[in-house]
Amino acid sequence: MNSIITSAILGVIMMFSGLFLKKNSSIATLAILGILVLLGMAILDMSGFHFFPVDTHNMLDYQPFGLLVDCIAFASTLAYFLLNGRDIAAIGNNPGEYFALIFFVLCGISIATTFNSLLMLFLAIEIISIPLYILTGSDKRNLKSNEASLKYFLMGAFSTGLMLLGIAFLYGASEKGSFFLDDIGPLKSATNPMMITGLILLMTSMSFKVSAAPFHFWTPDVYDGAPTVVTSFMATVVKAGTFIAFIRLFANAFGDIKSTWQIFIAIIAATTLFIGNITAVFQQSVKRMLAYSSIAQVGFMLLALLTLNTMASEGIILYIAVYSLSTIGLFAILVKMKDFSFEGFNGLARQYPVLAFTATIFLLSLAGIPLTGGFLAKYYMIASVMQTGSWLWLVIFALLCATVSVYYYFRVIQAMYFKEGNAQQLEISPGFNFMLILLAIIVILLGILPQLLIDRLYIIYV
Amino acid sequence: MVPVLLIGIPLLAGLIGFLLKDAAAKSWSLFASLLTLIVSLAGISLRPDSKLLLFNVPWLKSLNSHFAVGLDGTGQILCLLTAIAFPIIFVSTWKEEYKRANNFFGLMLLSQAGLMGVFLAADALLFYFFWELALIPVYFLASQWGGEKRIAATFKFFIYTFLGSLMMLIGIIYIYFHTKDHSFALSAFQGAHNFIPADTQAWLFWFIFIAFAVKMPIFPFHTWQPDTYEQSPTAVTMVLSGLMVKMGVFGLIRWLAPVLPMGTYMWGDTVSTLCIIGMIYASLIAMQQDDLKRLVAYSSIAHIGLMCVAIFATTEAGIQGVMIQMFSHGINIIGLWIVVFLIEKQFKTRKISELGGIAGKAPVLTTMLVIITLANIALPLTNAFIGEFLMFSGIYSSKATGYNVVFTVTALITVILSAVYMLNMVQKVFYGPTNALTEKAVDIRPGEKMVLAIIVVLILFAGVYPEPFFRLTQSAVDSLLSKMYVKP
Repeated sequence: MNSIITSAILGVIMMFSGLFLKKNSSIATLAILGILVLLGMAILDMSGFHFFPVDTHNMLDYQPFGLLVDCIAFASTLAYFLLNGRDIAAIGNNPGEYFALIFFVLCGISIATTFNSLLMLFLAIEIISIPLYILTGSDKRNLKSNEASLKYFLMGAFSTGLMLLGIAFLYGASEKGSFFLDDIGPLKSATNPMMITGLILLMTSMSFKVSAAPFHFWTPDVYDGAPTVVTSFMATVVKAGTFIAFIRLFANAFGDIKSTWQIFIAIIAATTLFIGNITAVFQQSVKRMLAYSSIAQVGFMLLALLTLNTMASEGIILYIAVYSLSTIGLFAILVKMKDFSFEGFNGLARQYPVLAFTATIFLLSLAGIPLTGGFLAKYYMIASVMQTGSWLWLVIFALLCATVSVYYYFRVIQAMYFKEGNAQQLEISPGFNFMLILLAIIVILLGILPQLLIDRLYIIYV
Repeated sequence: MVPVLLIGIPLLAGLIGFLLKDAAAKSWSLFASLLTLIVSLAGISLRPDSKLLLFNVPWLKSLNSHFAVGLDGTGQILCLLTAIAFPIIFVSTWKEEYKRANNFFGLMLLSQAGLMGVFLAADALLFYFFWELALIPVYFLASQWGGEKRIAATFKFFIYTFLGSLMMLIGIIYIYFHTKDHSFALSAFQGAHNFIPADTQAWLFWFIFIAFAVKMPIFPFHTWQPDTYEQSPTAVTMVLSGLMVKMGVFGLIRWLAPVLPMGTYMWGDTVSTLCIIGMIYASLIAMQQDDLKRLVAYSSIAHIGLMCVAIFATTEAGIQGVMIQMFSHGINIIGLWIVVFLIEKQFKTRKISELGGIAGKAPVLTTMLVIITLANIALPLTNAFIGEFLMFSGIYSSKATGYNVVFTVTALITVILSAVYMLNMVQKVFYGPTNALTEKAVDIRPGEKMVLAIIVVLILFAGVYPEPFFRLTQSAVDSLLSKMYVKP
């Protein structure tokens, strides 16, 4: 409960901060302080200090898994603020509000990681989505930003409709007429057509939200059109939070009837991997390439949803942490660049060695090269599938796609290191460099000692 | 402790190297590589059951993976090769000027750490880690300091090997779930075949073998090799051809043949046939090459193919031969590359047709080259003779295949072919009339003489007195043979 209430309060504070603080930098500093408080609250929550004893009537369920995801999401946001705080404030004329919206999204994420009722799931998804529609369009004078916002809103509203319909079906299918996850998916109702319809509707709508193929069409345009700082947040923290909601929904409500829906998830995963990776190869802009890469990464994450075993839950924690940190780092660099094309990166290593080096680490991590967290994250996903003893075709397919992904990630590395480029003047502060190095160290650390993170799952305080 | 030092010294030194000034980085890396050599010599002189040769701490607890490294027979000879090779590479290319030399030498040392890790790892996941880790620095080295078409060539190399490694990863995870108590330990892997039926081993074999086949490389997975060798800076080519191809042979010996003995036995004939095709094919192409680097590259395919056939022959002589030949081939081919490097440095060309008559101007270089060439075509008294002779007798007496005579005879043809193209090269480059380019040729400097002399001494020493190498590898050969399968 700590994080839900704190983030909502912080959102309100940030909304009014513009009245008292005139300078962008002081608003960014306030936001950083706020996220620090929020992160502290989440960690205290995990350690057994609950400051807001609200009786939720079992509508929210606090498990270490969800709370750990909260911490990861807040820590990623902290990194994001530290790297890009000023860029967020500089999107438009209302710096305080952008941060406020981000805190509201975080509030939605902390509900998404703890919901135990379909109503709460719906609330969480909406609290995440609505501020994002605004953030996407926050570059008001830019036509592409407006287009992206509208597109996102229409698609999002449509998928929310599907979700509501699915929830209604499930409500009808449950014996007592209940929204609680535990009441929906007992084995005997597996053959109930209403139940299956509801399940598939929810699957479709959640696939929309995490941009899994074939429901991904909004993603490249929205990610491309939104201000780059906002894309960074959408592609990382938001995607991770939504994905965890997806996984929790299916694990808690439909875990018992896995066999009926696994094949759908397998097909969605394969399609997502294929479309994400193949399309990313043909992109000319790094920003769009990262949009498709985020689709491709979801394909890997879906493997955890497919199996839902211990390895999957450990792995997905590692995966979202590593993926979020690496992508935030890459986007932070991208925000500073003036030219988003691959050629724009030519010769970056000569002028900004720190930027190029850390970007290389992040790219290697996304490609899943050992020594970076990305390798172990992918390893967990693959191993969790192999543990089931079936779906070997999916594993082979996923790894073939991973090989394809090397092509487009390495294009950036090649541009930075092996090609001569024209000089770009970027505004890079020493603090920014320091943060990037810190982030790269964390990504490598997670690749060598993932238990630093995974063990948190098993530490339960009373 | 010794294995940790062998990995740790180059790793740390490499990281420090990035921070140094260019000139200092050069001396620093030579110093670090000499230190590694001393440690590895000390490690080999220890008793085989010494506790210092092992190191094992839990690493990824939830996966039951250990940071387990150990210096044993097969690993020893390759660690020794790696430790000897790097100082030789640094000294022989001493005069080469690199832009951003600190990065170059840092990456070189990192690749040494990766190689050492591959040869020392006694845990499958760790092995995979180092397997990839050795690749990354080499990729950067070749793409940054290589020739004109370097980016495309090295990327092809990277994609090939990466795909191979990922397939191997599937194989490793599969075996992991079939070990007795879900463990990555080498001993658990080598016992896993009891729980994996023969028909599963049959397809599993290819998942792992493809990674090794790309690395060695074996026909038809070899197409990355000539391009990459040609485009890489010579120092990197030496690492690639002298050391990295051994990763494939080593993987076969330690992580495939004893782990999936039935699979290895079943596919022996198929793989051997591919190797033989590759050997003849590569030798024929080598005869047509005008570029020195490509010639050596193709000759390497032929030599590695023979090692692979000898492993599948599953005989003591054959495997003993492979062990020795891995070392000899590493030394010989590095020697050849040094000569190619010296020629290219002096005449700015690698085209055989543009050279000629160097012998009169550079007698020392010529003498050294002739000895290395003779070693490369396995003439008696040279190191390669011991290895190749053992391998041929091993293949001939093999009970694992019904085609042993065919394999022996066709493989012997490639030895003749190798004599043809190597001697032809010597003749065209070093003898005959001089031309405008070679008119002003000068002989090599003392430093280069010294390096080549060391190589020649190693060649002759191992050729005349191979006993220490036999002793070093005997236990590894025995234990491998006891784990491999031959139909009674």
